[in-house]
Amino acid sequence: MRSAECGVCEVRSAVWIKQLSYSLLPVPYSLLPIPYSLLPTPYSLFPSKIMTQVEHPRNTAIASEVVVHPEHHKPWKWYDYFTFNIDHKVIGIQYLVTAFIFYLIGGLMAIAMRAELATPDADLLDPNLYNAFMTNHGTIMIFLWIVPSAIGGFGNYLVPLMVGARDMAFPKLNAIAFWLNPPAGALLLGSFYFGGSQSGWTAYPPLSLVTAHTAQTLWVLAIVLVGTSSILGSVNFVVTILMMKVPSMRWDQLPLFCWAILATSVLALVSTPVLAAGLILLLFDLNFGTSFFKPDAGGNVVIYQHLFWFYSHPAVYLMILPIFGIMSEVIPVHARKPIFGYKAIAYSSLAICLVGLFVWVHHMFTSGTPGWMRMFFTISTLIVAVPTGVKIFGWVATLWGGKIRFTTAMLFAIGLLSMFVMGGLSGVTMGTAPFDIHVHDTYYVVAHFHYVLFGGSVFGIYAGIYHWFPKVTGRMVNETWGRIHFVLTLIGTNLTFLPMHELGLQGMPRRVAMYDPQFITLNQICTIGAFILGLSVIPFTINIIWSWIAGAKAGDNPWNALTLEWTTSSPPIIENWEVLPVVTHGPYDYGMNNHTDVVTSDAVSIG
Amino acid sequence: MEQIPISLLTLVAGVVVTILSLWIGQHHSLLPVQASQQAPLVDGFFNIMFTIAIALFLIVEGTILIFAIKYRQKPGDNADGPHIEGNIPLEIFWTAIPTIIVIGLGIYSVTVFRDMGGLESPGHHMMASSHMPGSAIAATVSDSENISETPTPTVTRKIGIGANPSEEDKQANLVVNVTGMQFAWLYDYPELGFGAGELHVPVGADVQLNLSAIDVIHSFWIPQFRLKQDAIPGIPTQLRFIATKPGTYPVVCTELCGGYHGSMRSSVVVHTPEDFKNWVEENRLAQSDINQAVAVNR
Repeated sequence: MRSAECGVCEVRSAVWIKQLSYSLLPVPYSLLPIPYSLLPTPYSLFPSKIMTQVEHPRNTAIASEVVVHPEHHKPWKWYDYFTFNIDHKVIGIQYLVTAFIFYLIGGLMAIAMRAELATPDADLLDPNLYNAFMTNHGTIMIFLWIVPSAIGGFGNYLVPLMVGARDMAFPKLNAIAFWLNPPAGALLLGSFYFGGSQSGWTAYPPLSLVTAHTAQTLWVLAIVLVGTSSILGSVNFVVTILMMKVPSMRWDQLPLFCWAILATSVLALVSTPVLAAGLILLLFDLNFGTSFFKPDAGGNVVIYQHLFWFYSHPAVYLMILPIFGIMSEVIPVHARKPIFGYKAIAYSSLAICLVGLFVWVHHMFTSGTPGWMRMFFTISTLIVAVPTGVKIFGWVATLWGGKIRFTTAMLFAIGLLSMFVMGGLSGVTMGTAPFDIHVHDTYYVVAHFHYVLFGGSVFGIYAGIYHWFPKVTGRMVNETWGRIHFVLTLIGTNLTFLPMHELGLQGMPRRVAMYDPQFITLNQICTIGAFILGLSVIPFTINIIWSWIAGAKAGDNPWNALTLEWTTSSPPIIENWEVLPVVTHGPYDYGMNNHTDVVTSDAVSIG
Repeated sequence: MEQIPISLLTLVAGVVVTILSLWIGQHHSLLPVQASQQAPLVDGFFNIMFTIAIALFLIVEGTILIFAIKYRQKPGDNADGPHIEGNIPLEIFWTAIPTIIVIGLGIYSVTVFRDMGGLESPGHHMMASSHMPGSAIAATVSDSENISETPTPTVTRKIGIGANPSEEDKQANLVVNVTGMQFAWLYDYPELGFGAGELHVPVGADVQLNLSAIDVIHSFWIPQFRLKQDAIPGIPTQLRFIATKPGTYPVVCTELCGGYHGSMRSSVVVHTPEDFKNWVEENRLAQSDINQAVAVNR
């Protein structure tokens, strides 16, 4: 509670109220690109910063209120990262590091499963333990790795910096949202003492009602905790983006990452309560003798599936929309081109958010759903391909004519692009009920969603880490080891997940600890790929830790990027800027001669 | 804002991509053999989607690769690329093309799904208690069994794959009640009066499986038939098909149902009509010894 003691919150809220009122006023944008010569003298001494950061007009009176807190400009100590800290950057790092630890845990479970699947018989793991690993691998990767790192981690760290705010709208709520995550992880890991939840991350009743009772209860509680965290975080993002944008930023100058987080948050706010409802009914069935989902007592098991997938399909977009946002930031910077079709990409996020709410039954094409419903959701599912395609084509077109810097961040971004195309195409085939009848719940599905969630989301998280590492730590990542990490990840991903398509088409169901011996060869290829993926994390982890301690100094803007987070120091000071920046150009205005010269003047060459 | 020029090279590339994707789309061996009337429908649909997917894959991945090589930063060139913020005609083009493709696929999938029997309209099941013997098998069945013992089909349409539209008004030649339990499938032939541990059906007969589950959700899949339907406790479901190719094919449970879900495998044996008649006779003899044959396949 360090910050709270200093009464910073009161000061902050005062600032926000002012900012809010300014955001409602029409700002004379034409006045904002101020030439150096007209700026007050102290700032003319640092011309390299001028074009992207100029003094806020005097009459806003923001600067005077902020500078009165010198004690906040001392950087946080290491132990601050283990406390209930309300600084959005601390919370962002807390999210990312916690999520990465869970990524390693979930990854080890995957390695154990692939080792088991090297042979057709259940000889390495007990089948129930296999199911516990399978369940918790999925749960951890979704709820404790991709969602918290992409939304909680990057979102919290970047959104205030990108919109020119000093923090999130509700800092304490933000900290509360983060601190719901570690107990959720502890509940999941603790559930292994009771055998671990074994009914899959979908927890369909009646199986979830009759298997590993205590562990299932802990699982439900854990998901309710992370769901609550997600709702609290989403409220915060929506308010921050809508209300705390620096007044000089037009809506079409809002970085696309913020549009993506806005769409994500709206989606989370609409859908998460439905999951919570379903899970609480399940909890009551488990522990308090109700029978919502007990067929013997008049319950209906398909209702649970509707409640679950009404959230959990949008959850797929919760995991990929922020990543799309990261892509839209990383690609223009390293291709040195404006993003192609800003509005199309922004609107497509909102379109995915909207259509994504009406596709959930495609997870239930073989369940208790009548034919007309299967057809309706076939068509709605196919429609999602359109806005997604718009994004993909927009990124590819951004590459066209660029001067592509093959940094590790860019390699992962281009890798994501190529992996996601694969996942998208297989997704369209599965979205049609006639074909999904064949491949539903097979390894084809496993292949599809790992291309989307590993080749998509995880590649995107890596791209984001490599891109913003210099900003977060003030140091550069070792690019050579980054490239080794990229090559290992790319090979591992394709080796693990490409053969799974064929396994599924030929007849191997998913979620099995033992399989027909005819599938042994392809399974062993997958297992080798999984081991390579496991190994690929080692150079990454060592590289990150080493670079954080002893990497080359990064400077404020090593990539010569134009979004606002690069206008402050690296790492950013507490409350982000001494003087709030004034937006004088769009976030992706590369290739406009007037400021290329200036911005590149303090370039730090990268190795 | 310049239009991207369409050169002869792109034209050639387009032709190559088209031919390649058409050829691969029709000549792959990704799917297992086709053994039901629905399988060619599903495969034909898949082949079309696969052809389009290969074309799109080659175009997009090829473009990414070409751009990545062609537009890499040249040594010493620290300038930015051109300031191009978009191109409305191009954006309309690549929004319209996928829209047309998915609308086409959507319409086609409705057609395929109807032909598979997925859209059987409610109320078309006949209340009739007598068979409409349309094949030798049905004749066998009605010869040997008291007609009144055959279960009357319910008016309410069950969830799942029903008869294809041309068969909609007819009754199935053979009805099998399939029950899923941890970790086995039980097959009961109500019209024949015995059960079995494997599913036996005659080739060419219109077979209706009434699926149910007694403990948790299971899912009944025959990859070679391209058919799958969950067996759900409390909700009756069905699969109706005509097997087209004699042989033995796996029956796989595809809904996680517990620790030994992976070993919940069984077989479907598609007989020639004569073989099936023999099999029925053998079982009828065996029935005098055992009241019910229950086989737990492990």
